[in-house]
Amino acid sequence: MAGGIADAGAGTGAGIYRGRAGWLILPSWLVIGFFLLLPVIMMLVYSFLTKEFRGGVIWEFSLAAYDRFFFDRGLFGDEAPVIEWTYITIFWRSLWQAGLATLLCLVIGFPTAWFIATRVPRHRTVWLLLITVPYWVNLLIRTVSMKFLIRDSGPLNEFLLWLGVIAEPVHLINTNLAVQLGLFYSYLPFMVLPVYASAERYNFALSEAAADLYAGRWTTLRLIILPVVRPGIIAGSILVFVPSLGAFLAPDLLGGAKTFMIGSLIEEQFKGNAGNWPFGAAVSMILLTIVMMLLLLYARTQTRREAR
Amino acid sequence: MGKTSGKIIDLRRFPGFLPLTLLCLVMLYAPLLVVMVYSFNDNSSITLWSGFSLRWYDDVFFGLEAPKFKQAALNSLTIAFAAATCATAIAVSAAVAMLRARNLRGRTASFALINLPLMVPEIVTAVASLIFFSAIGFTAGYLTILVAHIVFCIPFAYLPIAARMQSIEDTCEQAAMDLYATPAEAFRLILLPLMLPGIFSGYLLAFIISLDDFLITNFVKGAGIETLPTAIFGSVKQGIKPNIMAISTLLLLVSVGFVTLSYLASRMGQNPKTQINNDKKL
Amino acid sequence: MLQRVLSETVAVGIENVTKNYGSFTALSGVSLEIRDNEFFTLLGPSGCGKTTLLRSIAGFEEISGGAIRLYGADIAGLPPHRRPVNTVFQQYALFPHMTVAQNVEFGLRRLKQPDAQARARCAEVLELVQLSDFAGRTPAQLSGGQQQRVALARALAPRPKLLLLDEPLSALDLKLRQAVRVELKQIQKETGITFIFVTHDQEEALTMSDRIAVMSAGEVQQVGSPREIYETPRNRFVADFIGETNLLDVTVTAVTGGRANCILPGGRAIDCPAAAVLDPGPGHLSVRPERMRLTTPTDPESDTLLSGAVVNHVYLGTDMQVMVRLDDGEVMTLRLQNSDTTTIPELGAPVGIALEAGAARLLAD
Repeated sequence: MAGGIADAGAGTGAGIYRGRAGWLILPSWLVIGFFLLLPVIMMLVYSFLTKEFRGGVIWEFSLAAYDRFFFDRGLFGDEAPVIEWTYITIFWRSLWQAGLATLLCLVIGFPTAWFIATRVPRHRTVWLLLITVPYWVNLLIRTVSMKFLIRDSGPLNEFLLWLGVIAEPVHLINTNLAVQLGLFYSYLPFMVLPVYASAERYNFALSEAAADLYAGRWTTLRLIILPVVRPGIIAGSILVFVPSLGAFLAPDLLGGAKTFMIGSLIEEQFKGNAGNWPFGAAVSMILLTIVMMLLLLYARTQTRREAR
Repeated sequence: MGKTSGKIIDLRRFPGFLPLTLLCLVMLYAPLLVVMVYSFNDNSSITLWSGFSLRWYDDVFFGLEAPKFKQAALNSLTIAFAAATCATAIAVSAAVAMLRARNLRGRTASFALINLPLMVPEIVTAVASLIFFSAIGFTAGYLTILVAHIVFCIPFAYLPIAARMQSIEDTCEQAAMDLYATPAEAFRLILLPLMLPGIFSGYLLAFIISLDDFLITNFVKGAGIETLPTAIFGSVKQGIKPNIMAISTLLLLVSVGFVTLSYLASRMGQNPKTQINNDKKL
Repeated sequence: MLQRVLSETVAVGIENVTKNYGSFTALSGVSLEIRDNEFFTLLGPSGCGKTTLLRSIAGFEEISGGAIRLYGADIAGLPPHRRPVNTVFQQYALFPHMTVAQNVEFGLRRLKQPDAQARARCAEVLELVQLSDFAGRTPAQLSGGQQQRVALARALAPRPKLLLLDEPLSALDLKLRQAVRVELKQIQKETGITFIFVTHDQEEALTMSDRIAVMSAGEVQQVGSPREIYETPRNRFVADFIGETNLLDVTVTAVTGGRANCILPGGRAIDCPAAAVLDPGPGHLSVRPERMRLTTPTDPESDTLLSGAVVNHVYLGTDMQVMVRLDDGEVMTLRLQNSDTTTIPELGAPVGIALEAGAARLLAD
């Protein structure tokens, strides 16, 4: 990601905008710096403050928020600290859910992307359009429609009952599977598009060479195609995993108490009187840290790849 | 080596991929189609189909909750319009700096900055924005929503603009200057007209992103104001009513319409202009 | 081709120009004088700095040191739009959203010329490049050759004092290229504008130029007319870059009055013109393949200077290319014109080589 667009034009500019470049980039720095960077820093600060009863904070330094996340009786109490598993479990579950959603997107998305990439060039745009049009519908509406579809008394169950495949409505809503479907529905194009971009560049002469050397179709897929398309798969996976991790709508509308995820945990801290702002800030910081580490890791592998 | 003798094997085809693709499409469209269909249901039970009717659309526009939704829609539209305009202006400025200035210092940092809203998880942005506005005493409401929207619309406006600009050879601007055009004239007469499809596309993208936003809006809006997505969410929390499906269908159609426009805009002028460059590559 | 009488006025003075990109030196102390109404070519392989120099004259590169003068006035500090210099770009850089006429008139409009005048001039220039009927078309509707002519017309319309051409023919196919070369030369003569032409194609340079500057690695190797460059190369680079040549290792015994005395491989001595004064010691002779003859080595009457054996011969239609390995191992390539009397020597046959008078030349390095 970083590198391509940023570096292109770095050496070729005619010096037309000599001296003016700083002014041109200034608005972006002001707006994003002031309204995103600064807020994130403030959030970091807030995670070290004391909570106010009705929401908000008291400006007094405290590690209570992080303490609460990791430990039950506190690091600084009289008794020995006991690890609080509740929140760590929630995080772990979110990682798991996000991972499964990514896998689901991969299993369905890769064949789809490959299929489209192997169509006649004229048709490819149509297929891509078909895949991406649903994405442009409001995420909320998409999640709501998924909820509507898979409810106990919803059309899907009606359909399956009518077909005679099942005798009683399948309980899909408020399960892990429902959340998976929700996440899949939210982020599938993010998997398909990068994989498609990689697949489109695949040189079919490689497949021919493999066939010439006695490799079957699936062996070729495993040994030749997948490694070549891997950058797209990795990019797609990141693009699905990261938003899924912090997702709010899918778990909230489609999941239940047993599928509580980070997004809902955070949202809870800022609602009404039961909220704990520093704690919410702390959990957000932890989420942000994990995401940033993932992205840095990805960027690092990209630059190492380019250096090769 | 062919297992079916006499037939030319298509090395591209994998059995099972077509069904999976179709399954994928079904999974993507089914929920939406179902909602659309049921929005015309002449029954308030939303599970039994009892005939075609426009009563829920009627309810949306003229029913009990109509004023609430109308105000919410108005808010959404005006905010989207304002946010997209600001974000696009900032994005154009940034794109010119990133792609045409030779010695821009901190280029990588700027690129990271422009994409920062995309990299930070939405909920983190939402929390941070809420905390920030609260800390500086900026009362939650229309303006906080607008400001937050401008921030995350910038990268969306930037992407099509930058993509378009990259496909314009900067030798055209050099040629313009060679022919006595001042830098401002070169921008106005050469770069800007050629960039226009990208700017238009970026604007539309930013518009729809703003219109559709839920999470960040929900956090920073405070109690007194609703946008369409937050109004819909609030309503859904009380149970899915048929008028929700009518609104959803309407919003769905608007979104699709806008994106189609954006796509057409970015394709506009794609063919003749890039032809020149392609012909000359030997 | 008769040599035109060139003007003595210096149109462009490049004085000790250097250009650095960080630690990389693109131009190193380049000095040239380009005369009024001249067709001057910068010739060299890619990376030699010729395009950098051209862009510096146009104003798209800032030079790190030295001066660039246009009729005496230093233009190095001026931005491109204030230099009365126009460029024909390698990829033409036509404005895709404007018609041919709008493209051609662009410079004139920027110079605030009145409508009627601009249109008249535009018509005039289009006539010159034979594209009068295409005024209303857009660049996308033109072929490569037509686009190239529009680029030329556009650059000529504002009557610049200097026209720069950056490898404008490289994107055209061979037949078209040869036709356009003739046209370009014609146009230069008619308009009387000084042309600076950049190319890596030596045939192009030789056929079109009044004078050529051969460049390599940021430095000027030699400046001269096409004939001078070909027949009296200064150093190994120029000798090898232009046409084909054989480079012989020799031992220099003395250099006086522009002539050198050298010992050839095999021991015989030769007296030949010298490009520079060298101390006695090792040196290189340049001998063009077409300036040699095969002789019978055993014949005492012959003026054999070198001896060896034939290792290869290739029939090239007009010529016969013969490769001879000398006794000391070096391989010489000869081109013998095919005629009825040419005898094809057998492979492995011992032969002698005689040089035409003045064929050999001692190089500066």
